[in-house]
Amino acid sequence: MSETTLPRVTLPGPPPLHAEYANLLQCIRCGLCLSVCPTYQLTLLEQESPRGRIAMARAVAEGHLAVTPDFVAHEESCLLCEACTAVCPAGVRMEELGVAVRAAIAQQAPPRPRLARLLQWLAFRVVFPDLRRFRRQARLLRWYQRSGLQALARRSGLLKLLGLATIEAYLPPIDAAFVVPRGQVWPARGPERHHTALFAGCVMSTAFAETDRATARVLAANGCRVELPASQGCCGALHAHGGDVAMARELARRNIAAFEASAAETIVVNAAGCGAMLKEYAHLLADDPPWADRARAFVRRVRDFTELLAALGPREPPRRLTGKVTYQDPCHLAHAQRVRAQPRQLLRAVGLELVEMKESDLCCGSAGIYNLTHPTTADQLQARKLAHALATGAEVIVTANPGCLIQLQAGAARRGLPLQVRHIADVLDDAYREEARDGA
Amino acid sequence: MVPEPVRRELRAIVGPAYVHDGPAELIAYSYDGTFQQQRPDVAVSPRTTEEVAQILALAHAHAIPVVPRGAASGLAGGVIPLAGGIVLNLARMNRILDLSPEDGVAVVEAGVITAQLQAAAEARGLFYPPDPASLNQSSLGGNVATNAGGPRCLKYGATRDYVRGLTVVLADGRVLRPGGRVLKQSTGYQLTQLFVGSEGTLGVVTEIILRLLPLPRERATARLAFASLDAAAETVTTLLTAGLLPTAIELLDRTTISLVADYLPDRPPPPTDALLIVECDGTERAAVAAEIGRVAELARHSGALEVRVATAPAERAALWEARRAISPALGRLRPNKLGEDIVVPRSQIPAMVRRITAISAEVGLPIPVFGHAGDGNLHPNILFDRRVPGELERVERAAGAIFEAAIALGGTLSGEHGIGSLKREFMAARLAPEELWAMRALKQALDPKGILNPGKLFPTRPDDRTGWLAALPTLDGVVPCSTPA
Repeated sequence: MSETTLPRVTLPGPPPLHAEYANLLQCIRCGLCLSVCPTYQLTLLEQESPRGRIAMARAVAEGHLAVTPDFVAHEESCLLCEACTAVCPAGVRMEELGVAVRAAIAQQAPPRPRLARLLQWLAFRVVFPDLRRFRRQARLLRWYQRSGLQALARRSGLLKLLGLATIEAYLPPIDAAFVVPRGQVWPARGPERHHTALFAGCVMSTAFAETDRATARVLAANGCRVELPASQGCCGALHAHGGDVAMARELARRNIAAFEASAAETIVVNAAGCGAMLKEYAHLLADDPPWADRARAFVRRVRDFTELLAALGPREPPRRLTGKVTYQDPCHLAHAQRVRAQPRQLLRAVGLELVEMKESDLCCGSAGIYNLTHPTTADQLQARKLAHALATGAEVIVTANPGCLIQLQAGAARRGLPLQVRHIADVLDDAYREEARDGA
Repeated sequence: MVPEPVRRELRAIVGPAYVHDGPAELIAYSYDGTFQQQRPDVAVSPRTTEEVAQILALAHAHAIPVVPRGAASGLAGGVIPLAGGIVLNLARMNRILDLSPEDGVAVVEAGVITAQLQAAAEARGLFYPPDPASLNQSSLGGNVATNAGGPRCLKYGATRDYVRGLTVVLADGRVLRPGGRVLKQSTGYQLTQLFVGSEGTLGVVTEIILRLLPLPRERATARLAFASLDAAAETVTTLLTAGLLPTAIELLDRTTISLVADYLPDRPPPPTDALLIVECDGTERAAVAAEIGRVAELARHSGALEVRVATAPAERAALWEARRAISPALGRLRPNKLGEDIVVPRSQIPAMVRRITAISAEVGLPIPVFGHAGDGNLHPNILFDRRVPGELERVERAAGAIFEAAIALGGTLSGEHGIGSLKREFMAARLAPEELWAMRALKQALDPKGILNPGKLFPTRPDDRTGWLAALPTLDGVVPCSTPA
């Protein structure tokens, strides 16, 4: 059976889809992805399924379909949760396809309203790429939350009037002391077992700065030297998923350079979404020759916090915890990084009783900024997740991603549910901290 | 084809959110699990039998084709809207209406996923045996429409053996409810069975009453490796004539084994000519252990090179792994495959596999063979790349030769996938004219205007089949097939 040269014909569709054409052709249309797709499970409509989105994208790539409004709507309603990728028997990679589809939409679709474009430009190009600016905005936000202005704005109905009520409800309370990466080091406690560099993240290092510190403390308590390389920044996931691939690549190059300066064996991430993105850098920069090799070397070093700790083997904690918790699989940990067993193993290792909830790996609706762009779908997924969590009888939902934390904390608060939502690093910190701390 | 006033009425029946006719949405209702693709004029997603009845009454009045669709995971082109018209998406009808241990039945809507019913039944200590490979995505309505099977057919039978009653919407919108919650009946024509395997050409199945069995909680698995296909086939005969009735006997031929070995390089199956995977089940652990022990003993006497037996779930899964890996393994060799579903008398399996090996060499395309050896149902998969000029013609020759060989050996075209558009041209080769006449007479009586799933089951070019495969619809006809730039 000889190899035959295929006729090379240029695809008529938008160029960003060309690089993903082989990926598109992998789909054998078996439909297995429908059984795990959150938007399909909510609607039971094929155009809201991974198989449907692949078929529509292929039709666009091949010139059978233009970038029509219904194409844009059904492609953009994808959460990029990767549940489909994780079960696909044919090896279709949905995240990579989704990024290309959004880039194609950005090129081809009729322009959005001017204000929306201005806001996206501000967020993608001004605030997120520069952590100093990001921290300044975060500080402003903290002032808004603490000064009484937030309470006033919520009471006055002004937020609803401005159409900002949804966004405002999802603002996480901002931590007082940010983590600012400047090359600082947490030395290993006891004999040093491993040398790590922490990826601090933008939202994590500000809104969840204490979780970043908890991550470093838990690693140190388990014999890791933890350093915080300077000049690292946002991972670029928001940009890639929003169609701004150029900026995502620029941020990837900055992070690669920042971590090349560290001799750490492992780059540790405690945000599942960022971790999945960092692991995508090799694909993102595959066609950028000077960077492709550096990106591959970078990706080889990236591990989720739970992935590394479980691989090292956690030390017996100074304090064993008691209580019943349930674990919510972040999509970008369970599906994108295939890390499922490790967080569960770590929770049990510190003494907690873990009660599994139904559909623990069905997206909670956060999905980056999806809860802002698609509030109805996000709300349905949030309600479904919280109901499953409540049914376990656990007091705490543990998860491993800031998006899930914000989504579930906001949902539990709004519904007045007796559920705490905590990052796994904060939970483990309770067990590994040297001195007991009230309210930890 | 579907004028605006009809679309307005459709929106009034199901609500505007459930009438889909955007240009991208029509793509989403244009395919199934084969390579075929054709857009409908409109897709509609009803929620109740009453809505389906209203849609059909409307379509009947305007003579608009209607194609019912479950999960579109079929492998015969059964849900491709060949004549355009309305695609009826039944996925939203996904309620399990009743699950009764007392009566031993489940009442489900057509869109319930096979695995969901199985899970619900198991939670009550009950068992719905049919297990098509697609059970995680296939709908029970689709299972009924194709009379779907699966490995467990050997012991437990196919979908038809569990259907006790149906709600069917006829072509003109009338609603028929043959059968019921009773486990047996001799009350006139078995209309319930008439709709099983009718592939949406006689009516739209919206509700199903299914028989449930007690759940056999004990299982054991054996994987047997053989130096030759004949030795494996002889072992199948030995097992089934020794008073044993295993749940499943699955076969992998040499080509399949080597493809799976490439796909699972860390834990490849033994590199032999044939593998059998045998499963036994029951309620008593000792009885199941004795049965699988007897399987192992007989296999050794028949010259098996390697015999491995497992009862623990993880070890059983390891033995099944080679079988489960087939589908992804095939997908990675060539981008396209034509999966066939022939059945031959059990004793003819070696002859059939030898013939397929010869056909593979003749056309120069890989054709791995695997399937359900216990009931003679084989899945030769012709692997190809549609973008290679001339390859589709070779696939057509191979597929035709396989059908003809199966028929010559006393077999038939399809054991569990159905005919759809893919195999329709071979119906005249398999069925006597009188049988085709009787089928057409039934179709004419129940759907005189021919609006239900037109173009399926019946041959369209009985005299000269040449070009039958290329004649099936794809979107590629518009733009040349392309490779990545």
